Amino acid sequence: MLSDVYIIGAGETKYGELWNKSLRNLAVEAGLKAIEDAGIYSKDIDAIYGANGLAGTINEQENIGALIADFSGLSNEGIPAIRIEASTASGAAALREAYLSIKSGEYNVVVVGGVEKMTDLHGSDIVNKMSSILDREWEAFYGATPASMAAIIARKYMHDFNVEKEALAMIPVNDHNNASKNPDAQYRNKITVEQALNSTPVADPLNLMDCSPVSDGAAAVVLASEDYVKKNGKDGIRILSSAIAEDYLSVGSRESIYTFNSARLAAEKAFMRSGLKRDDISFIELHDSFSIYALIELEDLGFVEKGHAKDIVYNDIKLDGSLPVNPSGGLKAKGDPYGAVGIGQAVEAYIQLKEKAGERQVKGAKYALLHNMAGTGASSVVHILGI
Amino acid sequence: MSGIVSYGSYIPQYRIKPEEIARIWGDEPDKMKNNLFILSKSVPAPDEDVATISVEAARNALKRSDIDPADIGAIYVGSESHPYAVKPTATIVAAAIGMPLQYFAADYEFACKAGTAGMQNIKAMVDSGYIKYGMAIGSDTSQGAPGDALEYTASAGGTAMIIGKENVIAEINSTLSVSTDTPDFWRREGEPYPKHGERFTGEPGYFKHVIAAARAMMERMETKPEDYDYAVFHQPNGKFPTRAAKILGFTEEQYKTGLLTPYIGNTYSGSTMNGLSAILDEAQPGDRILAVSFGSGAGSDAFDITVTDNIKDYKKYNAPTIKKLIEKVKFIDYGTYTKFRKIIVTGDSVE
Amino acid sequence: MTELSRIWRETEYRYNLIGFRCKNCGRTYFPPRDICPYCHRESIGKMEKVKLSGNGEILSYSIVHDSSPAFKREIPYVMALIKLDEGPSITAQVVDCNPDEVDIGRRVHMVFRKIREDGKNGIIEYGYKFRLD
Repeated sequence: MLSDVYIIGAGETKYGELWNKSLRNLAVEAGLKAIEDAGIYSKDIDAIYGANGLAGTINEQENIGALIADFSGLSNEGIPAIRIEASTASGAAALREAYLSIKSGEYNVVVVGGVEKMTDLHGSDIVNKMSSILDREWEAFYGATPASMAAIIARKYMHDFNVEKEALAMIPVNDHNNASKNPDAQYRNKITVEQALNSTPVADPLNLMDCSPVSDGAAAVVLASEDYVKKNGKDGIRILSSAIAEDYLSVGSRESIYTFNSARLAAEKAFMRSGLKRDDISFIELHDSFSIYALIELEDLGFVEKGHAKDIVYNDIKLDGSLPVNPSGGLKAKGDPYGAVGIGQAVEAYIQLKEKAGERQVKGAKYALLHNMAGTGASSVVHILGI
Repeated sequence: MSGIVSYGSYIPQYRIKPEEIARIWGDEPDKMKNNLFILSKSVPAPDEDVATISVEAARNALKRSDIDPADIGAIYVGSESHPYAVKPTATIVAAAIGMPLQYFAADYEFACKAGTAGMQNIKAMVDSGYIKYGMAIGSDTSQGAPGDALEYTASAGGTAMIIGKENVIAEINSTLSVSTDTPDFWRREGEPYPKHGERFTGEPGYFKHVIAAARAMMERMETKPEDYDYAVFHQPNGKFPTRAAKILGFTEEQYKTGLLTPYIGNTYSGSTMNGLSAILDEAQPGDRILAVSFGSGAGSDAFDITVTDNIKDYKKYNAPTIKKLIEKVKFIDYGTYTKFRKIIVTGDSVE
Repeated sequence: MTELSRIWRETEYRYNLIGFRCKNCGRTYFPPRDICPYCHRESIGKMEKVKLSGNGEILSYSIVHDSSPAFKREIPYVMALIKLDEGPSITAQVVDCNPDEVDIGRRVHMVFRKIREDGKNGIIEYGYKFRLD
């Protein structure tokens, strides 16, 4: 008997350079916040799903499921805890696995969290580790970095669709503007288009302001079955649909380098399963690790025709626009702790849909679309949430 | 008779001018330029070394012929800047040109004449019937200590020669060597830069051996300087080879084609072979060439060569000629030079 | 210390740009893959090695200012997607050029270069890069 699935609690750490916090500190902090918010106890938890992208390479720590369960004080209960890894989409991939485990009827309450501790490495060392989200042997080996692959996509996109760099800059401008209203965000300063355009070159044509930062952070949500919610009088938001799709690992293997087929397919499935239309969506949380990705995602998720994202990035995506994008501040300004991102998006949806977002509240928010993506588009996970 | 069946060269595109080096070390630019007769020297990019230069030269040689790499039975790479002290460059090149398992391979070292020493041995192996074709490469990314006179000339480049008996474009009529124990120039194991005896490198080193080898060859072949259309001598700078030519009785007309050092500097093991490559780019059937290399320590290899009719059908434009390699250049400043040559250390363990 | 076998087993492909062609549909791939994503089961055992020409054109590129330690000495360098004449697109550096000489559509050819060194005493890894025609 299939069950509806609800988010009944959410919590996250601040995102940023959290020098005095370790991988386990972050995971435990976010997890406890979510559990407290949900008002549940350890005896209620059927399973823990931990999302993490790069702990093995950055922190030289695997066995993340056990680590999180142990330092959350749950070892005596023997609660199953596993790690889900899907690169930078680990968070949403874990959310989906947790969702399926409840939907199937196997579990009633699952805590799903994401964590990444990245700032223990810096400079070129972290660039090298982050490059393992690409094909190490045939991209990163030759000097490709995540930013350079995004830049290659950006140049071709701008060339073929006659898009000015300014259109890309609108993404970080919007992100920073929204993040200024988010106490958990890494960067709360507002930036101008000129600042974005004149920032340090990272991988031309992309500048520093086109690229998400290196971040520490964790986020967690508590999922529960319809049955549990009713019996315990919980108040949650509903996961209307969840979908994941894959594409080639490398940009070069894809037919079109500025089409994220994974996003296109995952969005199609998610909309079909939810029964909603694009117009129904109140706001979107996009995986904009690079500004160009936001434009392409808006197109491939079906909100605007290919090559036309430039028509909506100046106004529509603003907090009070027709299609608010990244009220949280997005990956650029809220931050980009790889494994936490997808869960962090769900935390934002939870806060928004419960009308608790304060200054950054999207007015009358009913449905949220969350898009979390791995690598340069190898996997996309789309969730549609509603009240 | 055996001889050269194909050849190919490679010279990195970056150049630095003596004025730029003199600016840093407080030398008189015109003096350095004129004393050494050097206008610029080639500089390898940070991702170039003797293996990459050798591979490019070898691939260029293959592009100009239909030789199946499987028919190349031996490969010798002469250099004094092999990337590894222990681990052959020759096998890297062989792998990069697709030579299968069974072949003779070794790296040679005899200062600047290791490449021509390889040519001699390849010729001997072809003549003896051990192999059908063999490849000899002379290639260097030579070292000159910062501030040393060598820094003005030590450059990078190389040439690969395929030697065999079929479709020979230039017959090697004869070859000989002269060798002595002379401490004119050396680099000790583990040391980054060579030391040299300054003016002592001239008379007892370079001139003694080059002239002795050239004269011995002309005596053996019963030739006189005027019997040759071209002559090429090892060229540590622009001055030495022109002086040697004059002592021996060769004219500028004979040596100018093979004199590359003024434009690219001293490519060490590549030097004489690059010069020979430039001559073969221009040569016509029947042309006769005298080539004499020099390696410190010391010795010279002499070659008496006659260009054949096959040069007419030879596909030399399938790969860049020396002229083309010298034309397309990018000049760099001393700062970039030190970055490229790893004179600046970055502190990263991997690079 | 670099895993020697990991580097060594790809030597053939990296030195000589050896790709794979599906004998079932004729498509050519690089990097090497064992299964054709169009022919699936039909391609098993029918993927044959093919030496690629190394000629192609720049599909798009970036000028990289921030990279891994292995590439520090080359910054700023050009990273490109190159459409090879045989079909596949390949991610590689374009060397020996000023960034302003590079453009979408420019013809390039393969060259043999050092990719990275495992410190001063480790192995040197070589492979393909590209140069403007």
